[in-house]
Parts: sequence; structure tokens; C-alpha cells
Amino acid sequence: MRTCPHYGITRRGLLRTGLAAAVAANAAPEKSKVVIARDPALRPAGGSPDSARVLKLLDRAMQSFYGADSPLDAWKKVVRPGEVVGLKVNCLSGKGAATNPVLVEAICERLQQAGISPKDIVIWDRLNSDLESAGFRVATRNDRIRTIGNDTAGYDMDLAVYGSAGSLLSKTLTHTCDAVINLPVLKDHGIVGVTLALKNLFGAIHNPNKYHTNAGDPFVADVNMFDPIRKKVRLTICDGLTAQYEGGPSFMPQWSWPYNGLLVARDPVALDYTGWQILERKRAEKGMKPLRELHREPLYIATAADAGHRLGTNDPQRIDVREV
Amino acid sequence: MNRRLFVQALTIPCWAAGAADPDARFTIEARFYDKLPYKKIKCKLCPRECVIDDRERGYCGVRENRGGTYYSLVYSRVCAAHVDPIEKKPLFHFLPGSEAFSVATAGCNVNCKMCQNWDISQSRPEQVDSTFLPPKDVAALAHRNQCPSIAYTYSEPVVFCEYVLDCAEAGRAAGVKSVVISGGYIQEEPLKQLCRRVDAIKIDLKAFSEKFYKEVVNGEIKPVLNALTTIRKMGAWNEIVYLVIPTLNDSDEEFRGLARWIRAELGVDVPLHFSRFHPEYLLKNLPPTPLPTLERAKAICEAEGLHYVYIGNVPGHPAESTWCPKCRRAVVERAGFTVNAIHLDGGKCRFCQQAIPGIWKG
Repeated sequence: MRTCPHYGITRRGLLRTGLAAAVAANAAPEKSKVVIARDPALRPAGGSPDSARVLKLLDRAMQSFYGADSPLDAWKKVVRPGEVVGLKVNCLSGKGAATNPVLVEAICERLQQAGISPKDIVIWDRLNSDLESAGFRVATRNDRIRTIGNDTAGYDMDLAVYGSAGSLLSKTLTHTCDAVINLPVLKDHGIVGVTLALKNLFGAIHNPNKYHTNAGDPFVADVNMFDPIRKKVRLTICDGLTAQYEGGPSFMPQWSWPYNGLLVARDPVALDYTGWQILERKRAEKGMKPLRELHREPLYIATAADAGHRLGTNDPQRIDVREV
Repeated sequence: MNRRLFVQALTIPCWAAGAADPDARFTIEARFYDKLPYKKIKCKLCPRECVIDDRERGYCGVRENRGGTYYSLVYSRVCAAHVDPIEKKPLFHFLPGSEAFSVATAGCNVNCKMCQNWDISQSRPEQVDSTFLPPKDVAALAHRNQCPSIAYTYSEPVVFCEYVLDCAEAGRAAGVKSVVISGGYIQEEPLKQLCRRVDAIKIDLKAFSEKFYKEVVNGEIKPVLNALTTIRKMGAWNEIVYLVIPTLNDSDEEFRGLARWIRAELGVDVPLHFSRFHPEYLLKNLPPTPLPTLERAKAICEAEGLHYVYIGNVPGHPAESTWCPKCRRAVVERAGFTVNAIHLDGGKCRFCQQAIPGIWKG
């Protein structure tokens, strides 16, 4: 019997070891982690979230997600100095149902501490007017944090195509940013069920109005297959400070509640599945029908997980939800 | 200066118009919608009946809900203006050899995978360069360019319906006709209003199957067939174009079904154009339509009794000309978009006096 000259094991042994490792890997595939961080005392005055507590909440979520000793260590696993980092906020519905500027401010603070220059941070969404209505001030100077709508930045002229979707992509995504942190809001959507990580990337394309039919299926999944989206979005931090379980995407205060939480994940499908379940539980608690009965079950989440997309998992057995 | 440059020179860039809000002049309240609770609206222009939240737009991308009131964002917002031969539309039984002052705005209420104008039809108005061209100016430019008609074309006139209606009225006052080049995905009431104001409507019937409409058009066929019968009842001149796409809508059964439906519902005198497909937009994986396929389609439809079946996008083909169904002689001789001879007297074949349906005089 011949043995491996350097390690002293036989070929058969080597094969056995390899097979065993493969079997072990198949038996216990890595789960997609979703961290849910909440703070019931987020609003000491009862109104808006307190900025210091939001920062602490963010730190807790990030440290837990990355298993880091400090918030800075966590952020250094997301971005590297010299990179241009885009923060894709969700502003269409204006204050109340948009990504909270307090959260964005906290993220900007930590990004800078992680070595990202202010000039390399870009807060972006579809329209300047949307950003302004959500409480952001449009700023296009290159020597500080930029806040810019696609209507100013423009769209790439190369048509991105996948499956049923064909779109022009925001130049902020394709040209300006090296990395994107996706910042959706935890909320209901009257046509596609819920609008979370996957749906928020509709803000990167020029024709989102074309992709709401059939409750967004398969369009939401297809759009997320566009190369720049798949390759540049590194992390999703879903703003659940105020969440909305009905009447979205417009802000409907009667159906909003202070969830006082953040959801963090790298797997957008796992995050969407988890967020969807939170909204369904709230609907049930309020005596509302599940989205399936209203013909707006977000089936695009399952499509995003299928063999044609593989954007993540929607299998609850393969999602590791950690509440911290 | 060619005509296109002339037209461009006459139109005013929107950014130069000097308005504080450059978009305000393009915005008017939409005409076809219902108000719903919670500041939502339901659009009643096309069969989609989009229910739209405040600050959101419909499928077309050019109509927006602002605080519970629905607005068209493309009124007088012209992104393309050219002088085209009417044969390019194509309308073959409508003032042959004339030119049409042709305008479009951004937007469309379907999303055909083979769209050749997707850069404007699938865009929002603010994403394309546009000029401000109010209806009276459209009519004046058509008149000045010696165009007996205004064509609403290139994208989808249904989505700029309010503008079409007003341009057509201004045109009529100036002695200029109007023609609509559309996919026919529209509700009955706005279509009836269009039929009353315009002189001809060409419908792109994309296929004769629900499957194709669902998978390739992102729409439904039934509303389009309903639109064709409504146009027929309302008396506006109508021609049909069918873009033949290899493997997707080119079976004998589909051609035969189409011909039989036209014969039963619209009559044998409706001109039917089978156009050659060229790979575009999201259908670049298919080849151009082989000529024999187009000739097969024509033969099947003629065998079913249709009188005027044309072949398009094949310059020089004899089936570009209009042939008298009685004496079989060419009454309008065409080569490409050029009309070489017209053998009609008062709408009748000069050789045998057979009446040829259409609008032959301005």
C-alpha cells in the first residue's frame, strides 16, 4: 500500500477523510444568521427614538452578528478604508415609514470610526425629493458625506437583464460605490406583501413600476440577481425602529408600532423571511388576515431562494435567528 | 436643415422654459381614475386598474398619486418628435404617401420583451430628455410641416391619453387628422373618447394567445380584442399589425385563429400587417423572422378570406402594396415607405371600380 509521502496516510485514508468531511458538510450546512436586536427603552420620552440608544442598539446588533469584541471590530469586517460605501435607504414614503436618519447617522459614525472617509460615504435612494421627505438633506459635494438621488446621479446605459427583469441601474450603485449596506424598513406592502431587503433594491433600478405585478414574483428576485446588486450589497440592516404591518408602503400611523428593533443579516432572503414572519405575527395579533388570504403573500422570497437564484435561504430550519 | 432638426429647433427645451418647477408644466390631473380611502386611487385608464398609494406611480410610470389626486406627468412632455411617412406606422389605407407629424412621451402600460423603443417606453418621464410641446403647437407644427395627420406613436399613447385627446382636438380645429399607434391595452371609456376624437387607430396585436400576452407582453389578450371590437363599433379606421416572432407566435393554428376571429368580429376588410421581427431588448436570443414564415402567415389569412394582408419590414416585397381583391391589380404600389403609384379614384380601384376601404383623402 502506498502512503502519502508527507503526511503518512494512505490514499484510501485520504479519500475516507475527504468523504467524511463532505458528508459532515452536507449534514450540517451553515445556517444563515439573522440578528434581531431590540430595546424596549429606545424612546425614553415616548416619542422619537433616542439617538444614543439607537447607536447602542446598532452596536449590540453588529457585535452579535459578527461575534466581535467591539463595534469597531464588527464594522471592520464589513468595510475597508478606501472603499466607497453606499447606504441604500428607503425613503419613498417619507418620514414615519422611511429609514430613520438617526439610524443612518449612527451607521455613518461607525463607518468613519472604521476608517471610511466621510467623502466615501454615499446615502442614496431613487429621488432627491424622496430623500428630503424622509428627513435627509441632499448633498452632492465630494468632500463630505453625500446624499443623492438617482435622479441626480443618473442611470447606467447598459441594460441589466436577468430572467423577467431588464433595467438600467443607478450609477451610484454601478460606478460610485464599492460596497452597499442595504437599509430597508420593516413594513407591509400593499401589492407585494412586504418590502424588506430584497424589495428595497428596486430603488436601484429605473423601472420599478414594471415589477409589482404578480405580487412582485419573480421580479424582485430577478432584480436582485443583477451583478452589481449581488456583488456589492454586503449587509442588510433593516430598520425596525418603527414598523408597519398594514397599509404600506405609505406611512399609516394607525398600523405602525414601535418595534424598537433592528434586523441584521448578510442573507437577504433569510432576513426577508424573518421580517415577513414578524409582520404576520403582528397582523394575527391585531386580528388581520394573513397576506396569503389577501393575495399578496411575498412568494418572491421563495423564488429568491430557488435553484435559479440562490440568493439565500427561506427555510426556517436553515435560518439562525438570534434575538439579542 | 432637415425636417427633424427643424422640428427640434421649434420646440423649447424644458430646462430653458424658466419655470420654478420644470415638471409643473407637464403635470395635469388625470382623467380616468377613482379616489379610494387612505389617499389611494384606482386608475381606470387601462385594464390593469392599478391601485396606487400616495406618492406612488402606476405600472406605466407616468401617472402619479399625489395626496390622493392622480396626475399625468407627461402632458405636453414630448421625448420624440419626427416627421414620418404614414407607411412607417404602418397605416396603408390612410392617406397613402402622406407624412405624419409623430410625437411620443415616455411610458408604456405593458412591457414587451421585443420592444424596439424600450429606452423611452420603459422609462419614466424624468429619465429621458423631453421638450415642452402643448397641443396647439403640435397642431401648428403638423400644419407647418405639411403633415395632414398627427401620429401618437413610438411608445404607448394610452398612457398619455389626455394629451392625445387635446392634441387631436387642436389638430381637428387646424384641419389636421390624428392617428393613434397603440397596443390597444385600454379600458372602454377612454377608448371611446379616443375614437370620437381621432381618425384612425392602428393596433399592435402582439399574438393570438393568452400565453404570449402573459409571458412576453406582461398583459392580457382579452382587453385588446375588446378594444378592436370597440374601435370597429365606434367607426374609427383601424388596421392591425402582428409582429411575427419565431417560435413564440408563428404557428399555423395561431394565424388561422387570428384570421377567423378578425373575419367574424371585424370583417374581412380590416388590413392586417405581418411584420418581421428583429432581435431587440429582452429577446435578443431569437433570430429575425424568416421570410417564408411571413408568407405562410399571409397565405393562411388570405385563405380564410381576409382581403388585405400585408408583409412588413421586408422592403421591396410585393406584399407591401395594396392589391384589389376583385381584379388582383395593385392599387397602391409601395417600396419600403415610399408610395410609387396610387390607382384609386374616389376610393375605388381604377381598373375595376371595386371599392377599397380606407381614408384616402385628407
